Amino acid sequence: MASNPYFSLAVLFVAALGFGLTPLALAWLWAKVFSPAKPNAVKNAIYECGLVSKGDAWMQFRSAYYLYAIIFLIFDVEAVFLLPFAVAFTGLGAAACGAMLVFVLLLIEGLAWAWAKGVLTWA
Amino acid sequence: MAVDEGLKIELGKQGVLVTTIEELYNWGRKNSVWPMQFGLACCAIEMIATTMARYDLARFGAEVFRPSPRQADLMIISGTVTKKMAPQVVRLYNQMAEPRYVIAMGACAISGGPFKEGYNVLKGIDRYIPVDVHIPGCPPRPEALIQAFMLLQKKIDGQHLTGPDRPRFLDAEAQGEFPVPVQGEHDLEPASNPGVWTVPVVIR
Repeated sequence: MASNPYFSLAVLFVAALGFGLTPLALAWLWAKVFSPAKPNAVKNAIYECGLVSKGDAWMQFRSAYYLYAIIFLIFDVEAVFLLPFAVAFTGLGAAACGAMLVFVLLLIEGLAWAWAKGVLTWA
Repeated sequence: MAVDEGLKIELGKQGVLVTTIEELYNWGRKNSVWPMQFGLACCAIEMIATTMARYDLARFGAEVFRPSPRQADLMIISGTVTKKMAPQVVRLYNQMAEPRYVIAMGACAISGGPFKEGYNVLKGIDRYIPVDVHIPGCPPRPEALIQAFMLLQKKIDGQHLTGPDRPRFLDAEAQGEFPVPVQGEHDLEPASNPGVWTVPVVIR
């Protein structure tokens, strides 16, 4: 058996298993011998910062919310471009300012369009 | 079986460590107490200062403030407990895993302090939950909290694993639940937990 080429692998496998399972077994044994479990209704209750939880956590959210997320994302990304624009503002020419204005106005137009279509109103 | 203290020191000098499971267990526990992140009033500011660089509670192994009672061992009642807040405090104490300890920090947590006469102030959190260390002061300085913490460590170190004087969390018979008071018509009901604190009789 010891001559088997996989013997050392088996020994290592058993050692690895023992390495993981021994602490678990010791913890289990410690709990059995010394530390009795005393569960009760208050202890097992859902943790809500000390308050009694109200209602069901499994409620549904409207998927229409993704439109808000998309519109928010447009302006979120816009801020990335606005920051270098603001930093370099004093050194910019009229053409650069005009280009930035067109960019911002395009996004605002997008928002106005979404607004006009009634996307911002919850049904 | 306890080892003679003198013999232990003598062996220690020779490089031989003699210990018991109980000692190892308590040594591990007392140096890794996780307090609950939980501030009630002005004393909480001192508690925060204690954990910061100047006073550094981390030296005692208690820097990990947990925002969940499931992961905390120590509740520091830092401030005035109003009657509105008391049920939440007791519920959080119940939701902590055992062994759990309580430090009542400051005059308010001990007795209601300067607000004792207030209609809405609980006259001491020890009416509902067992308190291990009381620190007087208004507010106690961070050094006082550190001393209270060291006293708690001493208490943890002295707890026995077996025997009739073993702590509550090791005793299967001892009740683990502390009733949460409810808002009654005039006061919290019950006004105190008789298993923890008895109402003194006023003799007129």
